[in-house]
Amino acid sequence: MDLVKVKNLSRSFDVSKPWLNRVIERQPKLFLKAVSEVDFDIAERSTYALVGESGSGKSTIGRMLVGLLTPSGGNVEIEGVDLAHETDAAKVSAVRADIQMIFQDPYASLNPRWRVRDIIVEPVLARGGETKGLAERLLEQVGLSAEDAGKFPHEFSGGQRQRICIARALSSEPRLIVCDEPTSALDVSVQAQVLNLMSDLKDSFGLTYLLISHDLTVVQHMADRIGVLYLGRLVEEADPDTLFSDPKHPYTQMLLEAAPRLDAFGREVVPPEGEIPNPIEPPKGCAFHPRCPFAVDRCRTERPDLRQIGTSRAACHLAE
Amino acid sequence: MTEPVLSIRDLSVEIPTRKGVVCPVDGVSYDIQPGEILGVVGESGAGKSMAGNAVIGLLNPPARIAKGEIWLNGTRIDQLSGDAMRRLRGKEIGMVFQDPLTSLNPLLQIGDQLTETMLTHLDISRSEAEQRAIAALQEVGIPGAADRLNSYPHEFSGGMRQRVVIALALCAEPSLVIADEPTTALDVSVQAQIVALLKKLCRERGTAIMLITHDMGVIAEAADRVAVMYAGRLAELGPVREILTSPSHPYTDGLMASTPLASRGKSRLHQIPGSMPRLNALPDGCAFHPRCPYVADKCRHDPGPQGVEGRAACWFPIVRERTA
Repeated sequence: MDLVKVKNLSRSFDVSKPWLNRVIERQPKLFLKAVSEVDFDIAERSTYALVGESGSGKSTIGRMLVGLLTPSGGNVEIEGVDLAHETDAAKVSAVRADIQMIFQDPYASLNPRWRVRDIIVEPVLARGGETKGLAERLLEQVGLSAEDAGKFPHEFSGGQRQRICIARALSSEPRLIVCDEPTSALDVSVQAQVLNLMSDLKDSFGLTYLLISHDLTVVQHMADRIGVLYLGRLVEEADPDTLFSDPKHPYTQMLLEAAPRLDAFGREVVPPEGEIPNPIEPPKGCAFHPRCPFAVDRCRTERPDLRQIGTSRAACHLAE
Repeated sequence: MTEPVLSIRDLSVEIPTRKGVVCPVDGVSYDIQPGEILGVVGESGAGKSMAGNAVIGLLNPPARIAKGEIWLNGTRIDQLSGDAMRRLRGKEIGMVFQDPLTSLNPLLQIGDQLTETMLTHLDISRSEAEQRAIAALQEVGIPGAADRLNSYPHEFSGGMRQRVVIALALCAEPSLVIADEPTTALDVSVQAQIVALLKKLCRERGTAIMLITHDMGVIAEAADRVAVMYAGRLAELGPVREILTSPSHPYTDGLMASTPLASRGKSRLHQIPGSMPRLNALPDGCAFHPRCPYVADKCRHDPGPQGVEGRAACWFPIVRERTA
């Protein structure tokens, strides 16, 4: 059963200069396509991971899923309800209560003037729920102590703050949690604690995660299914074992090759060519072709569709 | 053995605060040989950047060097005046910081920034400096170097900016480059490019590099030797392969085990309980003892030996059968 269905999802941002400049300089409006025509489903009680470099649109997709941004094309269905187009407010509200989000920076996502108790129960309070003893119970579940409820965020370390963010996300008993780089701001030893906690909570609460990360090792460890994004498009989707042992798309291959490895002492890598192109004017055809070592003429003119190859899906003319 | 480029002996940095003096770097000693990359790893607050800043004389007051010696190419530099240190900085020691945008002047064209550095430190004419600036940009892999001299920092992408910073650090041909988290702000593919560039420059010019990072993967690929720091002290120091495959300090061991790795599959990650202590609340004895799985009574009272090459800062280092 799929909890989330993302169909043909697109989002563009208007990055034009102000009206007067456009008139004087005779420039057209400019749009940045952050996400274009992305399709994927997330099965209930699984972890779906989106990986990609900066500017690949992974956070934009996460924000559209929770409703912080509206899609400019396509739709997101959660529990069968399309949040952007559903007109029945009661339905939308019911689905909204099932979605929560954890952000990257635990320093910026907690209100410094609120006590931890108030922070944690806010999602419940906002819907008029019963909050007695809730914060204390959740704090113990995420590995802090009940006495911490009366403290302020500044009294905690980065890892502990991320635990508070997780407790807040859990308070409204969600089914889906969107985790946007949940451990990127944390040290390695603390990252292991938070990842283990997330796995435990997933089992005990029956959660579904959308995990957004640039760190391939974290993704490999956590995910049941991985989508690789490049310049706003899904270029490959596979389960972790297949993706890491047999990547189909040249971009995935490049990413895996470039990622630093702990067991590769003094490894001589031929570093990848080039950088992510300007998303305002993406290359024609396959967006990866200027950096692709296998590019042929067809790649320069015709954009490959995402096709099924074995258990994976890849958007490459040459993949097999 | 050749003379080390940089030699740090028993260096301590202290910061007086209202609640007493804290010690972010405590009795650290290490050497860097010419053409060597020394990786300095540790979590945030371990004192790795503070040690780098002490070497280059950029400690922010009230932080100050409390004791110890810093030798650069046989000259003691920790007692130099501000003026003498300024002449040394850039000429003998190059610096690459984490964020390339804040280490370049946004109002100056990069050609001017490069020639200014060279004219300050080297006895050459302006036209020669310009030639050298073009050569420096070519060397770090910036396409169309001659045309890019007139570009401003904002016209470059993140990876290209970091290349400019590296060119800037190297243009006066220093013998030591301190690279403080040079790839942390960059994407994986660009990170690989920068790491490869640093390795190439180190090999071709014999420049010694102090590579400060929290990323064990970068260390494994780039460094020749590695220094692991914990709460201001050197936990252990040695050849990178030895330290990473058979660590003898329990902290390094836990750190390696808690890194997600392909070969470990989906099993639970190893956890080091707790987090690094704050500097104003260091525990008695060994700073790692509250988190250490092998803690004994002795560790709670006595901080143990200082870490040096080949000896971990631990009373009970892990001894392993070498599987070589």
